Amino acid sequence: MNNSNNNNNPNRYTILEKTRLSPSVVRMRVYAPRVAAKAAAGQFFLLRAHARGERVPFTFSDWSADAGWIQFVFLVVGKTTAYLADLEVGQAVCNVAGPLGRPTRIAGTGPVIVVGGGVGVAVAYPVARMLAAAGRAVYVISGARTAELLILQDELAALDLAAAPFVTTDDGSAGDRGLVTAPLAQLCAQLSDARAFVVGPAVMMRFAAQTALDAGVPVTASLNPLMVDGTGMCGACRVSIDGATHFACVEGPDFNAARVDWDELAQRQRTYAAAEQLAYQGYRAGDAQRMHDDCSCWERGPGAGTDAVPDAVARTAGGER
Amino acid sequence: MVRKFIERPDRVPMPQQDPQQRIHNFDEVALGYSHDEARREASRCLQCPRPTCENGCPVGVHIKAFIAALNADDLPRAVALLKERNALPAVCGRVCPQESQCEKTCILARKGQPVAIGRLERYLADWDRALPPEQRNATAHAPKKQCCVAVVGSGPASLACAGELSLRGFKVEVFEALHTAGGVLAYGIPQFRLPKDILADEIDSLRHARVRFRFDELVGRTTTAAEMLAGHYCAVFLGLGAGLPRFMDIPGEAAAGVYSANEYLTRVNLMHAADFPEWDTPIYTGNHVCVVGGGNVAMDAARTARRLGATRVTVAYRRTRAQMPARAEEVEHARDEGIELVELVAPIRVCVTDGRVSGMRVQRMELGEPDASGRRRPVPVSGEDAEYEIDCDTVITAIGTRPNPHISEIAPVERDERGYISTDADGRTSVAGVYAGGDAVTGAATVILAMGAGKRAAAAIDHDMRT
Repeated sequence: MNNSNNNNNPNRYTILEKTRLSPSVVRMRVYAPRVAAKAAAGQFFLLRAHARGERVPFTFSDWSADAGWIQFVFLVVGKTTAYLADLEVGQAVCNVAGPLGRPTRIAGTGPVIVVGGGVGVAVAYPVARMLAAAGRAVYVISGARTAELLILQDELAALDLAAAPFVTTDDGSAGDRGLVTAPLAQLCAQLSDARAFVVGPAVMMRFAAQTALDAGVPVTASLNPLMVDGTGMCGACRVSIDGATHFACVEGPDFNAARVDWDELAQRQRTYAAAEQLAYQGYRAGDAQRMHDDCSCWERGPGAGTDAVPDAVARTAGGER
Repeated sequence: MVRKFIERPDRVPMPQQDPQQRIHNFDEVALGYSHDEARREASRCLQCPRPTCENGCPVGVHIKAFIAALNADDLPRAVALLKERNALPAVCGRVCPQESQCEKTCILARKGQPVAIGRLERYLADWDRALPPEQRNATAHAPKKQCCVAVVGSGPASLACAGELSLRGFKVEVFEALHTAGGVLAYGIPQFRLPKDILADEIDSLRHARVRFRFDELVGRTTTAAEMLAGHYCAVFLGLGAGLPRFMDIPGEAAAGVYSANEYLTRVNLMHAADFPEWDTPIYTGNHVCVVGGGNVAMDAARTARRLGATRVTVAYRRTRAQMPARAEEVEHARDEGIELVELVAPIRVCVTDGRVSGMRVQRMELGEPDASGRRRPVPVSGEDAEYEIDCDTVITAIGTRPNPHISEIAPVERDERGYISTDADGRTSVAGVYAGGDAVTGAATVILAMGAGKRAAAAIDHDMRT
């Protein structure tokens, strides 16, 4: 196991800040200066939380090249996100690699409607900020199931937007009751030469995109398929765009929403649903404590990496079975 | 002379793990020679005045001399001779296609029984690995240079380049995008062919030789070749690998249960999916797995599927066994493990039920005229039963790769019409100070060819730094 480690890695991916935006939504700031130095809105990174962890893509919600940190927001839905949520400031994750994917580019100079759903709002935020800074008229629509899951509203309100941010919740507990599609349809009708950017759950993106496209507004969608290596080597993240296979990790994550096969995306995202449930339940049922005891990545940081797995444990779990 | 050949004893067979046992584990299949077996096999070598075997080796290993040392039971000398030309003998002794290289040009091959050079190489490398570190063969290093070379990627081309550069006195930093070193040796080649502790040992020995590894580094994103050359690196070597897996572009290919061999093997080898949920990365373990392709990667995927518990594994190939690019030994191992080969079929559709694979529709083929590769081209047959369905729940495609678009972000190197990096014979690209080798130059090839390219580039770097 001593092959895979970061013995010589000067980076220690320490958690600098952790904020619970709601009971199940966490914002995390991690020290990763080489990634932060080159990050751009719409890009993502691959994170491996612990020595036996999977490689999971997260899109930047913010970063600081000067201070060397990156920030992301996640909903606790499975083992990796539950594990991350259990880490504390000062602890570390094993690996952070990026920036990956192409930065978001919205063609033209006209107004842009930025639509975020759920934790997708965290991705919409830097995109809206980047577009506003570029002098575009930016309109932001945030949607969530309920007020508790609505995030980053103060940050959005502080941006130089063309209008106050629009908010919708499914249950009406904040903003307008309903879906993001209602204000989106209105804006599409009002604005000329507008374009839209959507990010969130696949089903939300699909309907938001349809709404804008029906109004003749071109839509860019930030897709979030499963990934493994994140560098183009495996093809797990392939999506069908106009029937042709594309790799979201190197050619995306942004694609023309009119050409995306949404059913396929949603289907592929669910490939491991049963396995993910199993792992999550195991974690909740007690693996959590054992993992945090076993893995000292967070103590020694990636300076230790997989070396942190005691040899005996690594051998049972790994090759020499 | 001819009489002498006939008197040679038969090749000493390689002890192997029993097929019925090994399909239930990921342990190495070929167990390696004992000391006695290695000595017996070495004694078969004729010690030709002009050893033709050495012409067949891409890195020019002193085969005759190391076998002579082994014959004299001087193992330290044998190891030293071997390592003089090959930085990764334990790897090469396992994964090189010797039958089409050194063993092909061995004089005894004319009688069908060449000296088992690869097995002897493996024996010596393993003997050396088992020694305490302070007794291990230390290769002599040239006087240390201040110049530091950046090696991008940590697969076979990069490791060989790093090893050779370090022998020549350079400082080396290896930049790897993943969290583990080894490239395809880590994510692609399964444990049962190349145990990961062997790779770890080879990488450790590089670490001891002034080679530094940096992980999570996506050169092209975190930095560029130009930035590196403007900084404290005097040269950059690109060993980026073959790139993106190709897909078949047939309906149903996006269904859950269709994998590229790269993804399937990465999940198992790099991410330990066989040990889910102890390790976090899952894999879909099918009952009947169908692998499309006829190369070594197809064999690796098929044999991995068998070990993951698939009750039936079928390899579907559009030509016939005779044209398969996979090593004969791998095809045999696969057959011994109960893997079926269906020849002369081309997939036309993945059948999907509820979003998951439920079969694969194939078109029967026959062999027509030879194509550009010199192999007879498969052409569809017509007729009533020209199409049929293979019943399966998992499909793995192992049909090759295409260049990674990241290349242009690293350096504006000239590329050939396929998109791979163009270099001269010694690995120089069109950009001064930037060298390349391995699959990123040739397209998917073998470990040893990549290593040969890495070594030549290291020599070119050394040469260019002096002038």
